[in-house]
Amino acid sequence: MSHQKNTLRSGPDSNGRFGIFGGRFVSETLMPLILDLEKAYQASKNDGAFKAEFEGLLTDFVGRPSPLYYAERLTEYLNGAKIYFKREELNHTGAHKINNCIGQILLARRMGKTRIIAETGAGQHGVATATVCAKFGLKCVIYMGAKDIERQKPNVFRMKLLGAKVRPVTCGSESLKDAMNEAMRDWVAHVEDTFYIIGTAAGPHPYPELVRDFQSVIGHETRLQIMEKEGRLPDSLVACVGGGSNAIGLFHPFLDDDIDMYGIEAAGHGINTDKHAASLTGGKPGVLHGNRTYLLMDEDGQIIEAHSISAGLDYPGIGPEHSWLHDIKRVKYVPITDQEALEAFKVCTKYEGIIPALESAHAIAYVMKLAPTLPKDHIMVMNLSGRGDKDIDTVAKAIGTEI
Amino acid sequence: MSVTRIEKKFAALKSEGRSALITFTTAGDPNYKTALDILKGLPAAGADIIELGMPFSDPMADGPAIQAASIRALHAGMTTQKTLRMVEEFRKIDQETPIILMGYYNPIYIYGVDAFLKDALDAGVDGLIIVDLPPEEDVELAIPAKKVGMGCIHLATPTTDQVRLGHILKNASGFLYYVSIAGITGTKEPDLGPVKEAVKMIRQHTNLPIAIGFGIKTPEMAKAFAEFSDAVVVGSAIVSIIADNMDQEGLAKSALKSKVLNFVKTLSLGVHKAK
Repeated sequence: MSHQKNTLRSGPDSNGRFGIFGGRFVSETLMPLILDLEKAYQASKNDGAFKAEFEGLLTDFVGRPSPLYYAERLTEYLNGAKIYFKREELNHTGAHKINNCIGQILLARRMGKTRIIAETGAGQHGVATATVCAKFGLKCVIYMGAKDIERQKPNVFRMKLLGAKVRPVTCGSESLKDAMNEAMRDWVAHVEDTFYIIGTAAGPHPYPELVRDFQSVIGHETRLQIMEKEGRLPDSLVACVGGGSNAIGLFHPFLDDDIDMYGIEAAGHGINTDKHAASLTGGKPGVLHGNRTYLLMDEDGQIIEAHSISAGLDYPGIGPEHSWLHDIKRVKYVPITDQEALEAFKVCTKYEGIIPALESAHAIAYVMKLAPTLPKDHIMVMNLSGRGDKDIDTVAKAIGTEI
Repeated sequence: MSVTRIEKKFAALKSEGRSALITFTTAGDPNYKTALDILKGLPAAGADIIELGMPFSDPMADGPAIQAASIRALHAGMTTQKTLRMVEEFRKIDQETPIILMGYYNPIYIYGVDAFLKDALDAGVDGLIIVDLPPEEDVELAIPAKKVGMGCIHLATPTTDQVRLGHILKNASGFLYYVSIAGITGTKEPDLGPVKEAVKMIRQHTNLPIAIGFGIKTPEMAKAFAEFSDAVVVGSAIVSIIADNMDQEGLAKSALKSKVLNFVKTLSLGVHKAK
C-alpha cells in the first residue's frame, strides 16, 4: 500500500486500490475507456478552468453552499450531544447526488462524449443525471430496476420530463444492482460516444476516487461552517451508506482529524434475517461491478439480493474506500433497521420540520441512539443527504395510512 | 509442463488445415444431468474445443440468452464445485477435447484462487476465460494460473490498440480470444472487414492461435470467420436452442439434447468448409 505517511487521505494507489479493495475488474472492451477517464480526471485536477466551472455551477445551479443547521429541537429532545445537520437535501434536485453529476458531466464534455448513461435505485441519481443532461443538452438514458420504477413513480416522471429515456431493467432482482449491470452492458456496446455517470463512490477505478472528490465539497464546507459556528471541529460525523457517496463526501476531508465517524448501513428487517442491505456488517469481500469490496453473497459467490425500505440503500455492495475504512477501523459501520429508520423519519419531520429521505432517516436513527449517551458539549454533524418527498408513498404504506 | 491439450488440438487442426469450432454452453443449463449429456455429445457433434460457462448471478458481459442460461443453471442448483465435477465426469470419456471454463471472477475468488486452480486442473480443465479480469488484474488469477500450468485465455477487443495488445499478450496462453464486437454476447452481428483487419494486426504480435467470438450465430457466419482465424466461438445461438426446448414447468423437452447437437453438427460443417 502506497499511502503517504500519517495520512489516510492519499488513496487510492496507482492501481486504484484502497488496501485490498477497489481495482479495475471490467471487461477488456471497457479498459481503454477507463484509462481515458483516469487521464481526463487527473488533467482536470490541475486545471483552473475546470475547477472554476465546477465551483460556479455548484454555486449558481446547485445552490451551494448547503447550510450547516443546528437541529435545536432534536438536540433538546435527545438531551445529549449538540446536533448539526448538513443540509444536502436543500440542493437542487433534493439530494447530494447532483454534486457528483455536475463533476462527471463536465468530464464527459471534456472527453467529447455526447451520450450519457446512468443507473439509479431510488431515482435520485437518475433525476440528478437527467437534470445535468438537460442543462447541457446531452442525450440521456437511465437504467432503473422494474421494481424500483414501481415504487418511485414520481422520480420516473421527473426524469422523463427532463428528457431522459428511462429503461426498465427486468433481469435479476429488478433493482439497483441489476440496473448497474445493464448500464455496463450499454456502455460496452456504445464505447465511442457514451459516458457512464456512476452515482456512487463505487465501480472500477477511477470512479470511487472521482465521485469521492466531487462529493468532498460536503466535508470541506462543513469544516469551514463548523469553525465559524463553534470555533472548533466536530467530535463526530454520521452519514448513511448505500454505495456510500454522501458519507465519503462528508468523512474524507476529516479522515486525518481526531473525529469519530459512523457510517449507517440499512439493516432492513434485521441483519440476522435474509432481508437487509448491510454489506459490511453481513457480507464479505468479493468482486462485483468493477471493484473488490464487501458484498452480500452466498457461499458459492453468487450475489444476493439486498433489501431495504429505502431504494437508495438497496444495494448488496458498498464503495471500496468504505470497505478499507471498515477494515482499518477508522470508521464504525452500524446497521439500522427499516423500523428504526421509519421512527426517525417521523421524529425528524415532527421536531425539525424537515422531511428526510428514508436513506438519511437511517443516519438520524443512529443519531437518536448515540446522542443521548454523549455529553452536551459533544458536537455531532449528520449528513441530511436527501429530502423525503419521494418517499411519502412508501412511508404511508409502511405505517398503514392511505394518502 | 509438457504439451498441453490446447496446444495438441491446435497442432492437430493445423495439420488438417482447418479452424476449430469452439462451442459455449453453460454448466448446469438447464440442469446438471442434461448439461452433462450435452457436454458428452459435443465432441462427436463436431466441437473441437469446449467452453463451459460457470454460472454467475451478475453476468455483466453477457446478452439476454446467456444471462438466462446462467439463471436457469443457478435455479437448478449449480455451483462452482458442481461445474468442476461435471468436467471430471466428462474426462472419464474424453481425454482429448480441451475444456475452457468461462465466467466471472467472484465465484473463483470466493472458492479461493489456489484451491480453485488445483481442483480445476485435477478435474481436467485446460484453460480459463474470466471476463472481468483485464491484464491490469493479472496478478489476481492469470499469473497464479500460469505458475501451475493452467491456460489463461486473454481477450482482445475492437477497442484494443497495439499498446494494449502488448499488455494483454504478456500473460496470455492457450489462444487469444478476439471479441468481434464492442458489446455483449449474442447481440450485434460482427462485420467481417474490421475483424479481419484486427486479426491481421494481432498476428503480427503473437503466435498464439486466434479465436473469434461474440455474435457468430449461423454455420455460414462460422465459415466466413473461420476462413481467417484459428477458431470460431458460438455461444448464444446454441444456448437459445436450450431455452426454446423447455416445457412450461422449466423441464427439458426430450428432443433438447439432439436439437442442440444437430445444430452443433451444422456449425461444424460450416467450419470444415472454410479454407
